[in-house]
Amino acid sequence: MAVLCLMPGWGSAKSAKKVVPKGPSFSKQIAPDQRVWQALDRLTFGPRPGDAERVNALGLKKWIDLQLHPARIPENPTLEAKLKTLDTLGMTSDELVSNYPSPQVAKLMVNGQLPMPTDPDRQMLVRKIVDRLDRAQGQPVQTPPAPADLFTPAELRTLRAGTPQQRLAFFDALPVERQDQVLETLPGVRQALYDNAPPELRRRIDLSAGPAQVVVRDLMEGKLLRAIYSGRQLEEVLTDFWFNHFNVYLDKGADHYLVTEYERDAIRPHVLGKFRDLLEATAKSPAMLFYLDNWQSVGPAPAPARAANQARRGLNENYGRELMELHTLGVDGGYTQKDVTEVARCFTGWTILQPQRGGDFVFNPRAHDNGEKVVLGVKIPAGGGMSDGEKVLDILARHPSTAHFISRELAQRFVADAPPAALVDRMAQTFLKTGGDLREVMKTMLASKEFWSVDAYRTKMKSPLDLVVSAVRAEDGQVDYALNLANQVAQLGEPLYRKQEPTGYSNLGKEWVNTAGLLARMNFALQLADNRIPGVKAGTTKVAGIDLGSPEFQKH
Amino acid sequence: MTNRRIFLRNSALAMVGAGAAPLWLQRALYAADAPSPRKKILVAIFQRGAADGLNVVVPHGEKAYYSLRPTLSVPRPTSSGDKRDDAAIDLDGFFGLHPSLAPLKPLFDQDHLAIVDAVGSPDPTRSHFDAQDYMESGTPGLKATASGWMNRALPPAERKVSPVRAVALGPVLPRAMSGERPAIALQTLAGFQVRDAKAAREFENLYAASEDPVLGGVGRETFEAVAMLQAIQKQTYVPAAGADYPRGRFGDSLRQIAQLIKADVGMEMAFADIGGWDHHVNEMGQRASEGQLPNLLREFGQALAAFWQDMGDRMADVALVTMSEFGRTARENGNRGTDHGHANCMFAMGGGIHGGKVYGRWPGLQPEQLYESRDLALTTDFRDVLGELVARHLGNPSLTDVFPAYAPKFLGLV
Repeated sequence: MAVLCLMPGWGSAKSAKKVVPKGPSFSKQIAPDQRVWQALDRLTFGPRPGDAERVNALGLKKWIDLQLHPARIPENPTLEAKLKTLDTLGMTSDELVSNYPSPQVAKLMVNGQLPMPTDPDRQMLVRKIVDRLDRAQGQPVQTPPAPADLFTPAELRTLRAGTPQQRLAFFDALPVERQDQVLETLPGVRQALYDNAPPELRRRIDLSAGPAQVVVRDLMEGKLLRAIYSGRQLEEVLTDFWFNHFNVYLDKGADHYLVTEYERDAIRPHVLGKFRDLLEATAKSPAMLFYLDNWQSVGPAPAPARAANQARRGLNENYGRELMELHTLGVDGGYTQKDVTEVARCFTGWTILQPQRGGDFVFNPRAHDNGEKVVLGVKIPAGGGMSDGEKVLDILARHPSTAHFISRELAQRFVADAPPAALVDRMAQTFLKTGGDLREVMKTMLASKEFWSVDAYRTKMKSPLDLVVSAVRAEDGQVDYALNLANQVAQLGEPLYRKQEPTGYSNLGKEWVNTAGLLARMNFALQLADNRIPGVKAGTTKVAGIDLGSPEFQKH
Repeated sequence: MTNRRIFLRNSALAMVGAGAAPLWLQRALYAADAPSPRKKILVAIFQRGAADGLNVVVPHGEKAYYSLRPTLSVPRPTSSGDKRDDAAIDLDGFFGLHPSLAPLKPLFDQDHLAIVDAVGSPDPTRSHFDAQDYMESGTPGLKATASGWMNRALPPAERKVSPVRAVALGPVLPRAMSGERPAIALQTLAGFQVRDAKAAREFENLYAASEDPVLGGVGRETFEAVAMLQAIQKQTYVPAAGADYPRGRFGDSLRQIAQLIKADVGMEMAFADIGGWDHHVNEMGQRASEGQLPNLLREFGQALAAFWQDMGDRMADVALVTMSEFGRTARENGNRGTDHGHANCMFAMGGGIHGGKVYGRWPGLQPEQLYESRDLALTTDFRDVLGELVARHLGNPSLTDVFPAYAPKFLGLV
């Protein structure tokens, strides 16, 4: 089987039947030649053909050190070229709102309440969106002509039933206005063209379907392309891990436009940095402030300050609770309901300037509860203003429960579903000693005997994202666009950026073992191997669908 | 654990050859095993995110409800002449249904829908994750419990067991159904297959030969279930009596549960969930009939009512029960929302359910009556409700296995 050639060690005598009498001990070490596979399995999204040779040539230690310092790895030019067309990934939230407006924002633009884009094409687009919205709301607008009025029956036949090449050639030959007519009046054709379109045309099709959706598509596209192509694999794995740890939900209102900036500016720069910085970046991110409602949480206002018609507002403890339960201490980390309320009071006034327009974090002193608070036994004196929240972050970031909770989560992702306590303790000690230096915590883990043990080797079930990306990498797949891969990941149970609950997806591999998931994995494997996933082509290495759907390939 | 799970199984299908047995034979095999012509079926619905029970089953007779919620209450029921559509629908002079649940009112009136109020998990946690975990494991406060209550509530494997006796709708198997007895997760009936028959056989062999006991076991369960469902997944399903399931995942789930029940494939337990109940902000619009909670309740109520209608006579064998991990603060918060609270409400419906009544002792909403001065207090343990359904509806007497260290007190629901 091709996979077996690609990944030696499977099916060999070494990995054959382990008899585990009690719990695994994580002490027996894997063979020296397996270490490179363990590193590639866990620190990347799965080996590509030739990766093992490359790591061996460089030296495993040196390779790991480079992965821990991603800035020293020159990025893969293929990836950079592919990312270039995804312009939303570089925009600030407010740029996203004005360049890729939702129907509501477009309406404000047309009504003159918000500035119109400067680009004439975009202006046209904004008008079209508003027309569409008005039409949907039953307001009188000029009805668009029917396809039959625009195209001859022969033309319609080509567009609707031609081969992909015929359709594309016909479309290419049309003048731009007529192309727009096709995209607007024939949604079925639009979709069919998409699968074979060059990047610029795909962009136009995305835009014609609704600019707001482009933001989402680019996010998914970017995530998958990076996971598949980036040379900075550990950084990608960690960005996924930490986004999930500080999960926000794309489909919660304004978060639609806030997640791009959140992942890029709050998560990614800190994944190998100080936990305290990562924590503060998320705490001050509009995406998190909106998702966990803190932007609306206000302290008791002095009576005259509140106008009679102003909505009654007050404390919201959603963020305060999840901050301790999910982001730092862990649910058994030793806090009480009283602490939740006190932390929520500390964060009153941490808000967003106009979230619906992609505004930034701002501290609003009038919304802040300036009284004294006590958090986990630490007194926070009255009058602290914005520093109250920062003090809470200090307390939480250096708390032993946090060190332990974070270390355990990392060990669950990288070592085993039930990581050995001794390893977690050592990682937590490093966390506390280094002031929460995440690179150092990773180093402790990677220097441990547990990480390189037989009990950790190819024993962890891949998440849907791990599985889909590792399969594409294993066959050296070439990805034109990754939307359909994102759909596959969703089908397997892990819709990207769309975990509604603040818990994020489970780090436990075993959560993904069930009948529905296995069937979806097998079907995906067959589709990928048969080149039936639009946008993805198998590379030089042919891997059979049976191998990609095999029990062995589900684990890493 | 997983090894046992494989040995526990004694599938008749394995004896006749899984892929080969025609559906009528499979049916016959399972039917022969049943003590009565048709097995009883339990359907459990989880409302994830902590639904605001006080705005679902509205205590309109409680003055404190209105003072705790100056901008977030459902108006008192109106007299018959007044056709206001945002008021509570009166049930018994004290409680009323949220107006979005109007489709359920006839079921209550026909005594097929029972409501339990001030019910929930006694554990004080206000963590969604922990509370869901406890409610699904059936052991509040105990994190180490390996299996879910529904899995333990399946009667121990008899001679022949359907591979689809426990089905959860969705991409992952919920905690409530996980455990030693086979239970399957299924996204859609139509998609529950390997689309290439030759590859399917190869996969089946590969998984059967797997050294990994978990993957091997689940792989086997998968292919047995696929074989079982092959015949029905090709049919176009038309709900009976014009039942109109709402669009969306939850309506789809209930429609497919109905389809599975009617196909007589040996399903004894089904699970579906519906998320989005965590309304910290703007729970309702300016009127109680509009906004986030009202919209979600509309979908919820329509789906349950459509299921009832679709099932028709078969509802005699079915009990459906709903739950949510905890309730929400009795007092509205500063953002026209509610924060994490304690007790909640549960629904039970079915042909054998003694409905038309709100069960449970009402603890009141006066300051001194609230749990930790903020939440609706708990007067009924959720295990009392589930335990009664397991024992008296499913006929599984071993409640000590299902809810260890707890003796459910029956309310007389069944």
